[in-house]
Amino acid sequence: MNASIGKPRPLFDFHGGIHPPQNKELSNQRPIRQAPLPEQLILPLNMHLGAPAKAIVQVGDRVLKGEKIAEAQGAVSLPVHAPTSGKIIAIGPRPIQHPSGLDAPCIVLEPDGKDLWCELHPLPDWQTCCPPSALVARLREAGIAGMGGAGFPAAIKLSPKPEHKIDQLIINAVECEPYITADDVLMRERAEQIIGGIEILRHILKPKEAIVGIEDNKPEAIEAMRRAATGTGIEIAVVPTKYPSGGEKQLIYMLTGKEVPSGGIPAQIGVVCHNTGTTLAIYRAIVHGEPLVSRITTLTGKALAEAGNFEVLIGTPVSSLLQAASADMNKIGRLVMGGPMMGFTLHSTAIPVVKTSNCILAATAQELPAPATEQPCIRCGSCADVCPADLLPQQLYWYAKNQDLERAQQYNLMDCIECGACAYVCPSHIPLVQYYRFAKGEVRNALQEQQKADRARVRFEARQQRLADEQAEKEARRKARLQGNKPSATPGVDVAALKAASLQASAAYKAAVKALKAAEADGSDQLAALASEVEQLKAKADAAKAAVRDAGNTPSAPVIDVAALKAASLAASAEYKAAVKAMKAAEAAGEDVSALRSAADALKAKADAAKAAVRDAGPATQSAAPSNASATAPEKSDDTAQRAQKMKALKTAFNVSHKQFKEANAALERAERDGSDNLDELRKQVERFKLKSDKAKEALNVLVDQAKADIRASGSDLKSLKIEAAQTEAAARQKARELDAAKINGDDQRINVLTRELEALKREAEVAAGALKAAIDEQGLADA
Amino acid sequence: MTTILLAVAALFALAAVFGALLGFASEKFRVEGDPIVDQIDALLPQTQCGQCGHPGCRPYAEAIASGEEHNRCPPGGETTVVALSELLGREVLPLDAEEGSAGDIKRVAVIREDECIGCTKCIQACPVDAIVGAAKLMHTVIADECTGCDLCVEPCPVDCIDMVEVAPTLNTWHWQRPPGIGRKPDNQIPVVNL
Repeated sequence: MNASIGKPRPLFDFHGGIHPPQNKELSNQRPIRQAPLPEQLILPLNMHLGAPAKAIVQVGDRVLKGEKIAEAQGAVSLPVHAPTSGKIIAIGPRPIQHPSGLDAPCIVLEPDGKDLWCELHPLPDWQTCCPPSALVARLREAGIAGMGGAGFPAAIKLSPKPEHKIDQLIINAVECEPYITADDVLMRERAEQIIGGIEILRHILKPKEAIVGIEDNKPEAIEAMRRAATGTGIEIAVVPTKYPSGGEKQLIYMLTGKEVPSGGIPAQIGVVCHNTGTTLAIYRAIVHGEPLVSRITTLTGKALAEAGNFEVLIGTPVSSLLQAASADMNKIGRLVMGGPMMGFTLHSTAIPVVKTSNCILAATAQELPAPATEQPCIRCGSCADVCPADLLPQQLYWYAKNQDLERAQQYNLMDCIECGACAYVCPSHIPLVQYYRFAKGEVRNALQEQQKADRARVRFEARQQRLADEQAEKEARRKARLQGNKPSATPGVDVAALKAASLQASAAYKAAVKALKAAEADGSDQLAALASEVEQLKAKADAAKAAVRDAGNTPSAPVIDVAALKAASLAASAEYKAAVKAMKAAEAAGEDVSALRSAADALKAKADAAKAAVRDAGPATQSAAPSNASATAPEKSDDTAQRAQKMKALKTAFNVSHKQFKEANAALERAERDGSDNLDELRKQVERFKLKSDKAKEALNVLVDQAKADIRASGSDLKSLKIEAAQTEAAARQKARELDAAKINGDDQRINVLTRELEALKREAEVAAGALKAAIDEQGLADA
Repeated sequence: MTTILLAVAALFALAAVFGALLGFASEKFRVEGDPIVDQIDALLPQTQCGQCGHPGCRPYAEAIASGEEHNRCPPGGETTVVALSELLGREVLPLDAEEGSAGDIKRVAVIREDECIGCTKCIQACPVDAIVGAAKLMHTVIADECTGCDLCVEPCPVDCIDMVEVAPTLNTWHWQRPPGIGRKPDNQIPVVNL
């Protein structure tokens, strides 16, 4: 005899648990009957846990029993097989076995009554014919899901990770929930096949021990199993009747003393657990080659005249089964799929029996009365006493009720097995399990939302990157086009030569002035001659400079030699200064300075003209500068760098024109004071410069705004932002000072203008400061 | 006297050692940047809808970090406001949203494909690239990627985009909260005192 009889396995008792009335005798008194063939079989594509299967048949196809009609999609998924031969008459949404009452895609099969099997490939010599992995693949193809209720694909449990060494194979034959007797009668009648299935599992997993856990309220089943297991080394362990000892984690603990970690799987502690029904299905799939097309379902409840266990084809509608069990439809108070503790109310009798449906409970209103009114929690702690998962149901209730998901999770909400023991004992009739299911659903939804948000963030960032890249590419193309259109060489005038000539002339002039000064110092009498010579040379230098200037202003020459013009202008002003000095010296020496004065005046005019030339040339070159600069820049330079260049150029242009405007304004004021007669002309000039400077400012602002927006988006170029912020602030301060001055002077119009300008500047300063702050924050993160 | 000097010397030595340790640690384990923006960004729903007045969720996260009110995210709803308040230690503010913009109802954009003229305007407006199509060809929304931000509805010249409520599926459905004390729970889980 088996060793387990003489020396019972030590059992570990789990915390809590309840002893509800069993009501098992209602259905376990009769042998398994064959359920009649219904008019239609409805086969949901998601009978198992995981991704729904994908239909591979068309409406109108004829199929044989056992033929695959839907294939698995993904790793955690299973195929669906035709439970009998017949015709596919529809593929579409039908009410299914789900508490939501939602419809889901199903294949509807009309049986032809012949029940013809397709060609099967039995493996009676499974021990020798193929490796365990081939057997596992076969089980997957046979569509075997956990038949105890969860419907987890059996093949996945049978291929544990290499690091998980399986010590114990546990067969869950406890069936602790009241009313259900499907496993009980199965063991009584088909114990040999179950033991055969366990042998296959042992062959695949190679565990140290194989234990069948059976509750002590099934003496016939225990006897049958012991008989069948004789000599196999499979241990039949009898566990005391207590709900929920059939919970996977509870059974593992009872038999081995090992606890499945929170959020983990039994394989992590070296245990694999399968249901009795699953074991039988595995036996049939390997030894007979039959896919999972039928199961044993308990039809029970006091509304049924002939309650009992039926071998039901998967997909049989509940209505057909109720007929077979002679149900009194008027007496049915509530129709439940699954047991009275963990099942759910069916909303329609058209719902089919699926791979996980172990029980249909047609209860009268007296058996399953309507739920009582919920009363306030009195903190009696009964729920904590019975919780088999060692949780604090009253705390979980509190947090679930207030949707405090974080706290609920801290109190291990997700470890709740939803057995209903707490709700069963609750004196306040609080539907605790429903609260936990609600909270768990919220937690899962939050997780899904979070995942979706993360994906949206990635997509958003990818899009931003793509747009930036596109912009850069466009800019690069535009640049290339601009460069292609630009004339290659400066036509006509040789500015450099002209410049050299001008410099030479001015050098000669300077030498003459020096000579004149020396003569003055010496008190020479050749002063007049020298002065005339100076004047001559000056005229020459003027002509040369004018030539340079003209060359610079020639419209056909887009690249103006500003440097040369500047040099000329500097030279002219130096000349003027020297002449003034000479004049002053002569005056001091008591000479006749009128000639010198006129010379100095002429020089002044020339210096002014040279300056004006430089100014005029400035903006023109500035506008040319960006394209010029970008042409030399490396091709891959991004658009921000390019814009920075453009901005710099525009800033210079603005500064130049603004300075011009200020100078012109000063000249106008001087002229006004002196009572000069060409006031109108000067005014016009002032206005022109103002316009120019405004234009430059506008263009600059557009660019600055663009840059700011980009910086906000990209978080780069802190330095330019800092400068920008400082500049705007300084400008605002200056405006404020000006405004104060104007207020003192009492110029109303000017005050108004200045106030407006100041406001604009302040706004700008704020924007710049904000952009800088944003950029700083972003920069910091970009570095992190 | 020597004792005092010894004590002082010992303390100085300790101070030097710990100072060096702290200095090393501050260099070695330096936290770059401002992680608060990341944390805020993680709480925002990433619809990128711009209803807060910022061009996306991240810019709004930055704005919140630099002091802006944290109640301007209608898609996030009260939940987000509460979560942000908790993170930032600020007061829970009522949601600053226009009427009718309920954050709890999930919606996705659906293009009435017969009416689409293929102008690509919605494609350009979509912040998460959830619309596929090409010029003069029909466009359609990838429902799984749509954040329900509404931004594609406005640019459509033929008004063929609807915001449709997302119906619960078997994957998203979950049990409702029982009606509460003094009420009978929904007739769904049969747990009863047998």
